Amino acid sequence: MNESAITVENLVKKFEDVTAVDGISLQVSKGELFGLLGPNGAGKTTTINILCGLTKPTSGTAKVGGCDVQKETGKVKELIGVCLQETAIYPYLTGVENIELFGNLYAMNKETLQKRRDVLLENMGLTGDAKRRTAKYSGGMKRRLSLILALIHDPQIAFLDEPTVAMDPQSRRAVWDFVKELKKEGKTIILTTHYMEEAEELCDRVGIIDHGKLIALGSPDALISKHKVKNLEEVFIEITGRKIREEV
Amino acid sequence: MKFQRVLALTKKEIKKTIREPAVLFMIFLFPIVFVFAFGASFGGVGDSQTAYSVGVVNMDQPGSVNASQILLTALSDTKILTVQAYVDNQTAQTDLSQGTVQAVMVIPADFSQSFASYQAAPNDPDTWTNATVALYLDKGSLVATQAIPPIIQQVLSALAGQSQQAQSSPFSLETASLVEVTAQSAFDFMAPGMFTFASIFLIMMVAQSFTQDRESGMMKRIRITPTSPTEFMTRQVLSYMLIALIQAILVFVMVYFMGFKPDVGIPIYAFAFALVLLFSLSNIGFGLITATIAKSSGAATGLSFLFVLPQLFLGTFVGTSLSSTAQIAGKIIPSYYVTDALTSLFLRGAAITSTAILVDTAAVSVSCIAILAAGILLYGKYYKI
Repeated sequence: MNESAITVENLVKKFEDVTAVDGISLQVSKGELFGLLGPNGAGKTTTINILCGLTKPTSGTAKVGGCDVQKETGKVKELIGVCLQETAIYPYLTGVENIELFGNLYAMNKETLQKRRDVLLENMGLTGDAKRRTAKYSGGMKRRLSLILALIHDPQIAFLDEPTVAMDPQSRRAVWDFVKELKKEGKTIILTTHYMEEAEELCDRVGIIDHGKLIALGSPDALISKHKVKNLEEVFIEITGRKIREEV
Repeated sequence: MKFQRVLALTKKEIKKTIREPAVLFMIFLFPIVFVFAFGASFGGVGDSQTAYSVGVVNMDQPGSVNASQILLTALSDTKILTVQAYVDNQTAQTDLSQGTVQAVMVIPADFSQSFASYQAAPNDPDTWTNATVALYLDKGSLVATQAIPPIIQQVLSALAGQSQQAQSSPFSLETASLVEVTAQSAFDFMAPGMFTFASIFLIMMVAQSFTQDRESGMMKRIRITPTSPTEFMTRQVLSYMLIALIQAILVFVMVYFMGFKPDVGIPIYAFAFALVLLFSLSNIGFGLITATIAKSSGAATGLSFLFVLPQLFLGTFVGTSLSSTAQIAGKIIPSYYVTDALTSLFLRGAAITSTAILVDTAAVSVSCIAILAAGILLYGKYYKI
């Protein structure tokens, strides 16, 4: 078996009387592109937040890069890059300034930061707009810049929380190509999405979450084959009796 | 703690201040415009205190008549002045320089003798023994320079008039030459409070900045990076202190050109700026408390006035014309102690090592650090940094 990048065991997170994550256990191998699928409120983002050290689990353990996310939060933060669901960028800074700010927060040296910045801007198609203040960016441009901020320090493990939501087809395709490139570089990627075609296109394996529970785990092809359906959307319907996106 | 992170976040905060017109206005232009407008409009308003403290050094050597005692009783009977006795001029001068009393009156040794000579021949000025009462005034008090001398003069005249209804008097009142009363303008009395005033609006800026970053997800994004809470808070404090320093310099330049030119050395100025920087800590703390309470940046703007207004009205130049009750209430506000210290330094000529300055500095230090700590702890408790 491949070396594990992420190990989650019996993870539970309760918010008062609501159980957002209900006993999830899974492993993600190094270099794997793993998709977390499920409707809104299923527990995907809470799981990601726990893995990033932003939220403490009620019980259970989670290790990222071999480090316990509760006990070694600092080390985990050095290893990971997180593209948040929110398009969080400073509007009064230019694209370049936003990137350099976060590069400095990861304590990157100036030369490495500049090289990495230029490569990512080129890959995301933002070179021409890099020196404009981001307040003037379109929604798609902000999402792409947000992705650059998450990956500026060249992390070994990337968490991409709905990275293509509300993007135009062109921007979405650019992000897909970029994610594929990351995988080629050997990065471990955790992708949450409710676009089933995105998961089928990109992911080596997917875990489907509903009401905080992991209800299916496997490669897209294996799950489709197992449930004798045409796509992952129908896998979800087969298991839950509901459409995944009707709650979106 | 990595300085690279602190520097990056500080630069970001400065860029925000410069590039966001609303922030730029609130932090830099508003205090300047306000200081100018307020100074120009209300520069002539007097102090509305109802009783003023006058220190008395009584050197009089009474004979059959104790004229100095009559004078002191008459002064107390005015209900405007309260008399505080001193055994020597040096102690009285020290208290004057520290603002404990607003004037010091020295009654000469021959005062009773002069009174007796007047009583013996009220219509023959040639036989009078003339006596001069010396008066030292608090340069930091508008009322001391404008109201106290006429009151004392009136009492001295009445003292003579009580005996013989005479128009002339053997007593004269002399303002001590060291006190440059005429050099002070109403604006001068407000200037120390203006320095304090400048950084108060940091409360609003800090509250808005934190709530906006929280709303936009920026706080979460920064928490994902290896930036520690200490690094994060250090940059907050550093960047806002830098802004406070720039504000103080701008206000200083403005009041200088409006005519405020205290005769003090560079160490006093340096100490004054240090006090203003120290004071900015309380405003950052109040901003964090506001950001903890406020659910949105809009709410933060409104709620920040809970702290802005008391700091502004009870502790700065705005409060000079408030009631005595309001001025007592001001003593629980950090801005009061900063303004008092700056007034003592710039106008009363107090030394940095004087008791009044040390007490004010201690009050500012303790209260500001406590408020900042409370702000950090509260914010950290309800919203993780």
